[in-house]
Amino acid sequence: MLGINDPGVILGYLLAVVGLIACVVYGALNWNKGMETSTEEIQRDLDWEEKDEHLKEEI
Amino acid sequence: MNTFTLGLVVVIYLLVIAYLGYRGYSQTKSAKDYLLAGRDIHPFVMAMSYGATFISTSAIIGFGGIAGVYGMGLIWLTALNIIIGVFIAFLFFGRVTRKMGHNLDAHTFPEFLGNRFQSKKIQVISGAVIFISMPLYAAVVLIGGARFIESIFEIDFSLALTFFSIIIAAYVIAGGLKGVMYTDALQGSIMFLSLFFLLIVTYQKLGGVSAAHQALTNMVDLVPENLKAAGHEGWTAFPKMNSAWWWTITTNIILGVGVGVLAQPQLIVRFMTVKSNRELNRAVLIGGIFIFVATGFIYTVGALSNVYFYKETSQLAIQFAQGNVDLIIPEYISAAMPEWFVYLFMLALLSAGMSTLSSQFHAMGTSLGRDFIENIFPKKQFNSMLLSKISIIVAIIISIIIGYKLPGSIIARGTAIFFGICAAAFLPVYFAALYWKRVTKTAALWSILSGLAASVFALAFMHAKESEPLGICQALFGKPTLATEFPWMIIDPIVIALPVSIAVLIAVSLFTQKTSDEHLAACYHEIK
Repeated sequence: MLGINDPGVILGYLLAVVGLIACVVYGALNWNKGMETSTEEIQRDLDWEEKDEHLKEEI
Repeated sequence: MNTFTLGLVVVIYLLVIAYLGYRGYSQTKSAKDYLLAGRDIHPFVMAMSYGATFISTSAIIGFGGIAGVYGMGLIWLTALNIIIGVFIAFLFFGRVTRKMGHNLDAHTFPEFLGNRFQSKKIQVISGAVIFISMPLYAAVVLIGGARFIESIFEIDFSLALTFFSIIIAAYVIAGGLKGVMYTDALQGSIMFLSLFFLLIVTYQKLGGVSAAHQALTNMVDLVPENLKAAGHEGWTAFPKMNSAWWWTITTNIILGVGVGVLAQPQLIVRFMTVKSNRELNRAVLIGGIFIFVATGFIYTVGALSNVYFYKETSQLAIQFAQGNVDLIIPEYISAAMPEWFVYLFMLALLSAGMSTLSSQFHAMGTSLGRDFIENIFPKKQFNSMLLSKISIIVAIIISIIIGYKLPGSIIARGTAIFFGICAAAFLPVYFAALYWKRVTKTAALWSILSGLAASVFALAFMHAKESEPLGICQALFGKPTLATEFPWMIIDPIVIALPVSIAVLIAVSLFTQKTSDEHLAACYHEIK
């Protein structure tokens, strides 16, 4: 195939291309999914920052 | 090559780097910004930074050169890099790590493990393992970059080393992980464009895809005798089963590097820099394309360089490079590519080195500061950002000293040693932390220690490539390696050490006290 005869190398290229396609297809299909940052998560982020500030002041 | 033009290009490049470092600096206000880039990194930046950190100069020059000698079998590494290093890493490890890291308030990888297992000891030991083993890996990349600057600008090696270190230190120390990731994104983009162009022009020069491959396939009779003996069956063929090169490619390159990537602390921390799974989904697409081009293209070009050199000079690539594997890619670029591309490729190599180093310095500094010192002196309250900055300076100085002191032969093995140690010490624990609720604190600790011990044993006494230059086995037993039967002296230490740490993790977990349900509920909060 394309000037390469060894099945081991052909399989390697095929796997690399399959991996690439999987990444592209998955990324494209889920481009806008997974944005569910919960209010709890945001609150924890705020607490985190507050703790950070507090620590800095103490030091 | 015109030194003035090259100097100008590099100066412009450094100015842009300085600007991005400054942007990181100006946006860094808290420890969270400094250690985790504020947890709101753009997916493009995250993916490019992951890729650029992963691919160092030695991956391009070193592995590209190996493909020049042994051929296209190396494409298996690309396949694994994409499937394991991106797809599985981002979706199966990254998502849970991001969420659990947030649940546990973790800022670094050792802190993640420490909080998951409610053990400061695990955090301190993990931090120490990283801080002690990573300078060897950083030294390899640092020396590589400095040698490169030395030869291009014809300046003294010490000056090149100092200059290179100060530039990277400046933006890592000032800009924290934001500075590191912004500059990584630019550096990754330069690498991507250069490698893309390189393959296209190579095919064009050799008469197209099929013609180029066919010409390489037809060169099978030209394989030198010594390579044939090691299992070489042509540049478009996988090495002969059970030959020395077959064992090296399957255990060392494919297993060691391909699987070892999952346990790299400087890469894992990137999963915690994004704010939701959406960013990881997007990063999979970008990262997949980047790794495909950055590794697959250079391995293909490395192998095909034989066709070019044979056509032009009647020599094989390795013969043209006078036996030096690391010179195959640079020689090919200067012989076959247009002059402007040589400049671009120089930047790409500089970028590959800088992006890997900046992350190494950051990871080492935070391991020492945040994970080690802060927990060794629990009663003292530290300013995490300041402590990390000081620790990064210490890490850089240690890396430079190692780079100067150690013999070249051991330096060249630095990457493999670090990957091996990380995989054996951290991979089973990291996986269990994410997916196995039955794993216990004691088991995690013993798994890390046994993986580390088995890895160090295999490196010092079994795997000839390390045990010979280390010389410990020679001093104690009067022979370079304890492995007397083929293929044990060439099998990667990961093959021995990883099963040990997996077995210890499972066995000890089954006989020690379970983690409390409350803590597990806190760890897995909102993780489906």
